[in-house]
Amino acid sequence: MTALWILIAVVALVVVSIIGIYNGLVRKRILTQEAWSQIDVQLKRRYDLIPNLVETVKGYAAHEKQTLERVIQARNQAMAAGGGVGEKAQAENILSGALRQLFALSENYPDLKANQNFSQLQEELASTENRIAFARQHYNAAAAEYNNAREKFPNNMLAGSFGFAKQEYFELEEPLQRQTPKVEF
Amino acid sequence: MAETFYTLIARNKRNSFILVSCFLVLFVILGLLIGNVWSGGDVYFSVGVAVIAGIIAFLFFLVSYFGGSSVLLGISHAMPVSKADDPQLYNVVEELSLAGGLPVPKIYIIEESAMNAFATGRDPKHAVVAITRGLRERLSREELQGVMAHELSHVRHYDILFGMMMAVMVGVLVMLSDLFLRSMWYGGNRRSRRRGGQGGGAAMLVLLIVTIVLAILAPILAKIIQLALSRQREYMSDAGAVELTRNPLGLAGALTKLSSDTQVLETASRATAPLYIVNPLKGRPKRATSLFSTHPDIQDRIQRLMNLV
Repeated sequence: MTALWILIAVVALVVVSIIGIYNGLVRKRILTQEAWSQIDVQLKRRYDLIPNLVETVKGYAAHEKQTLERVIQARNQAMAAGGGVGEKAQAENILSGALRQLFALSENYPDLKANQNFSQLQEELASTENRIAFARQHYNAAAAEYNNAREKFPNNMLAGSFGFAKQEYFELEEPLQRQTPKVEF
Repeated sequence: MAETFYTLIARNKRNSFILVSCFLVLFVILGLLIGNVWSGGDVYFSVGVAVIAGIIAFLFFLVSYFGGSSVLLGISHAMPVSKADDPQLYNVVEELSLAGGLPVPKIYIIEESAMNAFATGRDPKHAVVAITRGLRERLSREELQGVMAHELSHVRHYDILFGMMMAVMVGVLVMLSDLFLRSMWYGGNRRSRRRGGQGGGAAMLVLLIVTIVLAILAPILAKIIQLALSRQREYMSDAGAVELTRNPLGLAGALTKLSSDTQVLETASRATAPLYIVNPLKGRPKRATSLFSTHPDIQDRIQRLMNLV
């Protein structure tokens, strides 16, 4: 009789463990998805801030048309970029570069620099760049935790049959993108 | 071999675990020994004493768990900060919340010129971070990020909750020792007559002496362990700050500036000191960490951060 009870206890233990593993994987996967959507939220924030910035600069440095155009163009291209993480990341990098040039040239226009609106925008955009970077960083951390939970023993035996796929990391796909865009005067 | 913040965090977690275990062992042994003396050798009574002490500790803990943060904010004269008041501070905290996947905490500023910052709140949903005007004015954006990341790490690691637990347990342990020593002083040796004349009188005497000695030493030992844990969590928050910002230089720079400030923070006390980023009380010791400091030596903290660069 005791042998039967022991068997029941063991089976119960195994079932509870499997439920625990499954739920843990689900939770981590959802955290990863949430982190991914955060990146898009921050990217959108940047798109929304740029028109305001361009208008402010135009008021003081109208003949820097070239730089301003470049920023607007880069923004529109980034918004339109569809084809996948690689292409999108490249478009975003170009936009970052154009913005950096814009801020660099504000050094030549002390009136513009003194403009409170401009400096506020500068802080907002700097913050947005940081947020995009941190959102990506957090996504990678969440993905790493999920992948770790997925691949370690004994979870790995179940992950496949339950349909938990590996999460890709947010990486710069082409070596060119690793180069920091240089600011030229 | 380069140190990374991952290894630092792992090491700190291990040390915390060891220290907490030592404390629990101390607590249980003291409870058992005292129960033993009081009951004249009754095992069940001894265990009962240890258990009751544990239950009382838990009840006190519940009270402070739900009581908590508002008291501290009140006595520190902290004012809430809105995004319009200080966009840079708000942005820095929001950015770090993103990095840590945490809800954005409430932000407060303390209108004092002394340089310091603290975090409070029992879990990330109820978290509050505060910074003094003195520190806010003197840090660059990068350094501000480092300081706020340190405070957010305290929240992330549930250090405030941890500290509350430790304080309650130390308190109960001190009460228990006190109670026991008083019972010895006033009660005399009444209990020894209850023994019913069995042998082992010498063993009981030895146990009695051991218990008395431990009851005197336990509060000091408990305090030492509590302070060692406090220092451990500070190191862990420094490493946690790097985990969030991936930039040790920000916090290192801020700590360097903090080490040169000798001003005392008026509204801090011995009880609240562990929550601040650096010891807010007078006479920050020039020598390295003593057994009784709540915070590690600043130079040591800066060195550990620079090792991560």
